[in-house]
Amino acid sequence: MSGIKVSNLNLWYGDFQALKQVFAEFKEKRITAIIGPSGCGKSTMLRVFNRMNDFIDGVRTTGEILIDDENIIAPQIDLVLLRKKVGMVFQRPNPFPLSIYENIVFGERVHADKISRNKMDEIVEESLRSVLLWDELKNKLNKSALSLSLEQKQRLCIARLIAVRPEILLMDEPCSTLDPQATARIEELMRELQKDYTIIIVTHNMQQAARVSDDTGFMLLGELIEFDNTQNIFRAPKDKRTEDYITGRYG
Amino acid sequence: MQRHFDDELKELHKEILRMGVMVQEEIYKSIEALKNRDRKMAEEVITTDTKIDELELEIDERCIDLIARHQPMAGDLRFITTGMKINLELERIADLAVDMAQRAVEIIDKPLLKPLVDIPKLSAIAQNMVRQAIDAFVNKDVELAKKVVLSDPEADKLRNLVQDELIKDYMMRDPKTADRAVPLLLITRHLERICDHTTNIAEDVVYMVEGKVVKHHPEKLQ
Repeated sequence: MSGIKVSNLNLWYGDFQALKQVFAEFKEKRITAIIGPSGCGKSTMLRVFNRMNDFIDGVRTTGEILIDDENIIAPQIDLVLLRKKVGMVFQRPNPFPLSIYENIVFGERVHADKISRNKMDEIVEESLRSVLLWDELKNKLNKSALSLSLEQKQRLCIARLIAVRPEILLMDEPCSTLDPQATARIEELMRELQKDYTIIIVTHNMQQAARVSDDTGFMLLGELIEFDNTQNIFRAPKDKRTEDYITGRYG
Repeated sequence: MQRHFDDELKELHKEILRMGVMVQEEIYKSIEALKNRDRKMAEEVITTDTKIDELELEIDERCIDLIARHQPMAGDLRFITTGMKINLELERIADLAVDMAQRAVEIIDKPLLKPLVDIPKLSAIAQNMVRQAIDAFVNKDVELAKKVVLSDPEADKLRNLVQDELIKDYMMRDPKTADRAVPLLLITRHLERICDHTTNIAEDVVYMVEGKVVKHHPEKLQ
């Protein structure tokens, strides 16, 4: 099981520096929230952890990000393996236009050479159980994933990640398209998943960060201004800029 | 960014200050009533308490409403939760002032046991502590709050002195003085309790400003 250790991380999109000298330690089996105003670099930071920024032209990254003692920004890193270990859930759930069953075994088909039907059934059940969807969907596994509700789709996307047995789950605003009840259920799910995974969540919703995370980092203009346990950040932050942001005085 | 919420916090601030002023006056009047044997003033203290009770409920409601509607964080959260605690402490202080007024009424028609010197002195300390604690709250003045906490032992010392005198020099020598000495003993005890509640207020102010808990940890005051 892994955490993430970030040292002197810098990232540029062309001439624009989006991350500035970030140092942080995301501890294993904890939920860490990253908060900050739009454009502060929080999503960029999340996307560095499984090298999603590689898809953008003109990106340059320096520094060190250690996962299992390996610097994952090194060029020789196997990105398929990295993304198996570090999975991402997006703002809008993005199931493949396939059946529920096929969505879940998709990753396993990519990563494993040959896999038995029994093994696949097992993975599907286990993954759906861990996101509390099994009882709802066990008789509809061949239905299209696109027919599910938004919340079910988001859970399915999390199940799809879990199916490849990652260690770290990155969540970029995972509840922003969901209603309050669905949000509460996803948050409960996060607390369940935390027992087995290291979770990092980017959220605009301050109350969500306060409710669901163990540690919180506040970012502003590419800098990680303050990083501490969530209790300290929301009760007595040390930096005035953190205080101004979380009390709504910023901007 | 200017927040509408700040206006609501200012209102809360004003109400707590108003409560603080009323409570100070209650202490002052109860001791004046004792000193000047003024029954009317003592009764005023007792009736004013209803207004203080009402204000306490009002402030409490306001705090709960602010928490429910704004889900405050950080400094805002510390201000409101501290406000709730200070409100409670002030209401208890007002109750003690009522107790003192009632004791004063009990002995108002009897000859004074002795000239009142140390009780007014203790009362002055208590009133000063309350004033400073409220000032510390209003001005977010941690140094003043610490001064309040550190002045509590002085009040304890004076209370012991008065108690010793009343017990040894009066009650033990002549048990018939008990009906006049006991109310004075109780008043001394009430004043000392007022100082304790005020110390709590001052400790709450330190938490509000610095986010640091100093209650039950005097060493953290340094």
